Amino acid sequence: MRFSGFRVFKEAVTGHKGWKPLWRTPDPQPEYDIIIVGGGGHGLSTAYHLAAKFGVTRVAVLEKGWLGSGNIGRNTTIIRSNYLLPGNEHFYELSMKLWENLEQETNFNSMVSQRGIINLIHTDGQRDAYRRRGNAMMLAGAGAQLLSRDEVREMVPFLNFDNARFPIKGGLMQTRAGTARHDGVVWGYARGADMRGVDIIQNCEVTGFRIENGKVLGVETSRGYIGAKKVGVAVAGSSSRVMAQAGMRLPMESHVLQAFVSEGLKPTIPGVITFGAGHFYISQSDKGGLVFGGDLDGYNSYAQRGNLPVIEDVAEGGMALMPMIGRARLLRMWGGIMDMTMDGSPIIDKTDIDGLYFNGGWCYGGFKATPASGFCFAHLLAKDEPHEVTRQMRLDRFARGYLLDENGRGAQPNLH
Amino acid sequence: MLIPHPLLGPRDAQEFTYLGDAMMIDRPDGLAEGAEAAFCDYVFQRDNPAGLHRELWFHEQGDRSWLVVTRNTVTHEILGAELARDVALARRATDTPADQGDAQ
Ligand SMILES: Cc1cc2nc3c(=O)[nH]c(=O)nc-3n(C[C@H](O)[C@H](O)[C@H](O)COP(=O)(O)OP(=O)(O)OC[C@H]3O[C@@H](n4cnc5c(N)ncnc54)[C@H](O)[C@@H]3O)c2cc1C
Repeated sequence: MRFSGFRVFKEAVTGHKGWKPLWRTPDPQPEYDIIIVGGGGHGLSTAYHLAAKFGVTRVAVLEKGWLGSGNIGRNTTIIRSNYLLPGNEHFYELSMKLWENLEQETNFNSMVSQRGIINLIHTDGQRDAYRRRGNAMMLAGAGAQLLSRDEVREMVPFLNFDNARFPIKGGLMQTRAGTARHDGVVWGYARGADMRGVDIIQNCEVTGFRIENGKVLGVETSRGYIGAKKVGVAVAGSSSRVMAQAGMRLPMESHVLQAFVSEGLKPTIPGVITFGAGHFYISQSDKGGLVFGGDLDGYNSYAQRGNLPVIEDVAEGGMALMPMIGRARLLRMWGGIMDMTMDGSPIIDKTDIDGLYFNGGWCYGGFKATPASGFCFAHLLAKDEPHEVTRQMRLDRFARGYLLDENGRGAQPNLH
Repeated sequence: MLIPHPLLGPRDAQEFTYLGDAMMIDRPDGLAEGAEAAFCDYVFQRDNPAGLHRELWFHEQGDRSWLVVTRNTVTHEILGAELARDVALARRATDTPADQGDAQ
């Protein structure tokens, strides 16, 4: 089903009776060329790109709940390509380019809004680090601007510039960054994949892999056995659990991250502001709610909810940065399970099991990766070779010592 | 979350910092055969279970002891805490891997 202005008009005068579900609800077939486990952003984007870009359409996406029930429906929707390391930055810049064309490509309103991101600077050391990062971004063609204190003040005058502990000294800005409508991304990719013949099968949990002689033959599911030539796993926070069914241990811990939304307010915050020193970041949704968050709770968790101390910590960060936030009422908060890797960077790779491929380790930053992750994972699944921007996102980089540790924090997942 | 400290009684988890899986008590022998692979496992690979997890917490704002806390990662329920020192010494005596020690 395509959308157009004419269609909206026609439905309006005929009582909106012609709208159909955006995708089918098929029963699983006995066998597929490729099975994608996990109907989150990355799984659906992979299926979409397999069908749209690589001509592979005998594909099924198996999702244990409903589409969007995982992190893709729980994140704070920030998209950006302001990474430091070449192993990451070229990938995220490709993703940014795909975001810029996403709505045209899927004919679905994903509300991609390039309203800019500012990372605040409080010390000389931080300015040096951000200058370096900005240069790295420019080398990758992403563009970056170093802002003076006055330039930041002009854009976001409501911040507390003279906080005694963290006075604001400037910022690193990426104007092309912004936010998108997370549900719109899910629905756009799901519809696009379905239109091209991909079977999206919800309420279908993968409970095991059938592996013989080192080769995967298919998956056991809550709806029976389904055969496949190749299986790609993209289950984010559930990565360790699912891959354990194939006998693998991953360089990963699952952690809970919380997010918060205030009541709807008139437009106040022009873009995304990150206050790393205070463990706080914020943007405003199109509905007017202030969307903000902070740190992980910090301990292994599969609970999809966090604890009060972090809520307090985030609220304190908000008050320190922009005291006016104290006037807004908190509407709701929730948690999602992050696949935190040992170096804070993702993995898109084959495994040692023939035909089994893995995509995960997105930490708290996988929403922005959704388009490129799907494209590159589809590339790997279809061609059996990595896309050039994911060459360093290998599973064996830990054993080989080629870590992608953006912050230089070491093998401690809750610090990334 | 309240952690039942074996010496100090129930303490707010906020007083602690979290390290991770209690298997880290079992530091491999750097001179043994296959040490490189053993260290790769030790530093990077984790079971990351959904359910019971034995994990190291450091009482940073308290008596600065290391504890092995047994916690359910699905419900956040804490089932017990031991001094990591006791766990390590008991393990040295019996030579069982930490994650097979009794979980109280
Ligand atoms: C609070 C919060 C804020 C965030 N903010 C941002 C942000 O601002 N910017 C950003 O870039 N990223 C952000 N993220 C991270 C981002 O949401 C994730 O990295 C990304 O969504 C993960 O990929 P996904 O969409 O495929 O995951 P998911 O949507 O979690 O998809 C995985 C799917 O796999 C399914 N699954 C699991 N096990 C099985 C099984 N056995 N069988 C079948 N299906 C299974 C799950 O049900 C789930 O639907 C945030 C995350 C959270 C929680």
